[in-house]
Amino acid sequence: MNTSKRKRLALIASKGTLDWAYPPFILASTAAAMNMEVGIFFTFYGLPLLNKKIDAKVAPQTNPAMPMKMPFGSENFQNMEWPIPNILANNIPGYETMATSFMKKSFAKKGVASIEQLREICVESGVRLIGCQMTMSVFGFEPDQFIEGVEFGGAATFLEFAADADISLFI
Amino acid sequence: MNTITYDQELDCRGLNCPLPILKTNQTISKMDVGQILKVEASDPGSVSDMLAWSKQTENELITHHVNGELYTYYIKKS
Repeated sequence: MNTSKRKRLALIASKGTLDWAYPPFILASTAAAMNMEVGIFFTFYGLPLLNKKIDAKVAPQTNPAMPMKMPFGSENFQNMEWPIPNILANNIPGYETMATSFMKKSFAKKGVASIEQLREICVESGVRLIGCQMTMSVFGFEPDQFIEGVEFGGAATFLEFAADADISLFI
Repeated sequence: MNTITYDQELDCRGLNCPLPILKTNQTISKMDVGQILKVEASDPGSVSDMLAWSKQTENELITHHVNGELYTYYIKKS
């Protein structure tokens, strides 16, 4: 075991779409596996990632660079990129739900963990999950809608933890 | 290569980043110091990640080799 002081990672998770839910949970779970001390501050649209049931979707219309690919068919078919114009993506009802379901399928097929699975590993490995109190008040969230073990605090709580961090990232 | 004896093995084939590292860490944390874990993975990124994880946690990566799309690691718990 590492005898020197444990490295510390401080993350801010500020985005709530499925694609942006991955980086904080991947980094936090991996850092914990690398014997680092980890804290994530969930603020604004990142806060619902602490909900008991995560309902994160991808929003292709806000990310024109996102490749649109099919999670089924032959390998060649799956590797094809479908150029869906933004004007269409914005207006087809259910497009977001479809894109979300495709992305989840592609991830599962490629052996990528689900957000729930990564979050579970974070909880098990002692990652500090801090929910932003101000965001809760503004958007009307209640503490009992979140998973067990979430702490609540504000900017000062995060900064006190991040002041001694070796790595700090805003996501 | 084939002469290394190991105490436990872990199949991470088909898993993508960061699962091979997370599962390796979970498994090794339940093993005794000095025991050897064999890990098989198919994720090409696992080579660099396993080296980094081993360096950071000081669990010794005794050897690793690639055979086509199969990546094999032998790790000694420290």
